[in-house]
Amino acid sequence: MAKIKLTLYVTGQTPNSQRAIANMQRISEEELGGEYELVIVDVLERPQLAEDERILATPTLIKELPPPLRRVIGDLSDTEKVLLGLDLQVAPAQSNYVEGGD
Amino acid sequence: MSTTGQMVQVEKLRTGIPGFDEISNGGLPQGRTTLVSGTAGSAKTVFAVQFLAAGIEESGQNGVFVTFEESPADIRRNMGSLGWDIQEWEAEGKWAFVDASPHPGEETIAAGAYDLGALLSRIEHAVRKVDAQRVSMDSLGAIFSQFESATTVRGELFRIASALKEMHVTTMMTAERTQEYGDIGRFGVEEFVADDVVILRNILEQEKRRRTIEILKFRGTTHHKGEYPFTIIPGEGIVVIPLSTLELRQKSSDVRVTSGNAELDNMCNGGFFRDSIILVSGATGTGKTLLVTWFIAGGAANGERCMLLAFEESRGQLFRNAIGWGVDFERMESEGKLKVVCEYPEVMGLEDHLIKMKAAIDEFQPNRLAVDSLSALERVSTVKGFREFVIAMTSFIKHKEVAGLFTSTTPTLLGGTSITEAHISTITDSIILLRYVEMFGEMHRGLTVLKMRGSKHDKDIREFTIDGEGMHIGKAFHNVSGILAGALTHIPPGEMERIGGMFQDSGGGS
Repeated sequence: MAKIKLTLYVTGQTPNSQRAIANMQRISEEELGGEYELVIVDVLERPQLAEDERILATPTLIKELPPPLRRVIGDLSDTEKVLLGLDLQVAPAQSNYVEGGD
Repeated sequence: MSTTGQMVQVEKLRTGIPGFDEISNGGLPQGRTTLVSGTAGSAKTVFAVQFLAAGIEESGQNGVFVTFEESPADIRRNMGSLGWDIQEWEAEGKWAFVDASPHPGEETIAAGAYDLGALLSRIEHAVRKVDAQRVSMDSLGAIFSQFESATTVRGELFRIASALKEMHVTTMMTAERTQEYGDIGRFGVEEFVADDVVILRNILEQEKRRRTIEILKFRGTTHHKGEYPFTIIPGEGIVVIPLSTLELRQKSSDVRVTSGNAELDNMCNGGFFRDSIILVSGATGTGKTLLVTWFIAGGAANGERCMLLAFEESRGQLFRNAIGWGVDFERMESEGKLKVVCEYPEVMGLEDHLIKMKAAIDEFQPNRLAVDSLSALERVSTVKGFREFVIAMTSFIKHKEVAGLFTSTTPTLLGGTSITEAHISTITDSIILLRYVEMFGEMHRGLTVLKMRGSKHDKDIREFTIDGEGMHIGKAFHNVSGILAGALTHIPPGEMERIGGMFQDSGGGS
């Protein structure tokens, strides 16, 4: 399985950002099984990175690898939507119908 | 507002957009956000770009452009034709883009609560990076369509507007509206930036497009009310025509200048005033262009600079006719005394004509200006637009202290007035009527000075003739009445003598 590369853009210590970080760590452990690399970027400290990636909403999660590039916004509280949005193969219990998104 | 009992003056930031600073009494309220609302094609993006461009060019203020709709590449390319080199300003650190435009093929899925903190952080970063004093955001509708929750977006835009206020930046946000006359904007955006609202319109009136700008409100400060026409000129951008801000403050001269014809000068008690506006009205073929030709010849003979704006005849025709009357336009032009501008009225809208005329007058600096004919311009405009045009033009040339001679073609051969006269007659200082006079199966031409402000003038209706040397004014039509009304009656000589005896001829005539 190819390595998953994720970047999570947050804004400082806002509740949404804190929740997103916590949710992401949970999803990573529970669903992605350690085969991932997660970078957390605080756009208040690194606004130029947000500019380069054209981030509007925070939190924003970007999956760079494996392709295709996908973006998910929000505090990531809806695990199903996060996995759907990232277009990642999920646990066997889930349906295989993950094409597209909504 | 912590200050009580103390007047807090709303400071304005001069935008540098031609005409806008006049109608806004000095510019946009400084440090606040102004909403610019308009339908599709109402030049919102041009206005937003020009706000920054004028800041860089006129007052050395840098700007940040937040684009929600078009990509920066598109904006750079589209605005290049208006003479703004955005790429160069970016390289010089005067302009920064915040690209918030949607990218095709990249879908974003929402999984939980979010805000636009990243956008705010990017805008703040860009403002600090170029030390911006102006920010334009174009256009809000596009960001509402990128996110599902309109409530979140509205709240976040409010947060961005407040943050920019904290940074003492003057901001312009554009928003779409669906009708020219109706709600200010969709999405309820006016609720959070309701302090200052400007509306751009692109109205279809009698098959003609007319652009107008209206300042709907400026909280706590003054502005001119109502719609003002504007146009977009390549190399300049938006130019607002500030009609009602024109001031009746021109000086008045009592120096007389020649009309180019000694007999007409006599009728006017020594000639026209130097900075007056003269309207010549007559049916087709009564000799209006002849009067114009001699007005110019008279000026050139005195060493004055003359300008002729012709809307009915081509250069070739004008020059040939002038030669026929003994006036050599070609030589005058080569000597730099004359500039002839010929144009079909239909080539552009009246607003563009006005701006072109102003530019031509500013460049040539004439002492005399003739427009032949003003009524030809009626064709390309609505009645309201034409009236505004006439007022703006006459006011402009009065400020320049230029003698203006305008001609107006009346629609009927005998008598009659035109729309032009109805709009212009009160603005003009003198009116000369040229009329056909039918006498026993023959057409004669009659001329009279109907009014002349601040001067005595001949009250007779005189016959005038045209030959190879120009025009000659002869004796009065004493045995005809009803010329002006177009309903002539001939009075027998016996009756004339009797009436003459009754009133004891006061010794008029020349």
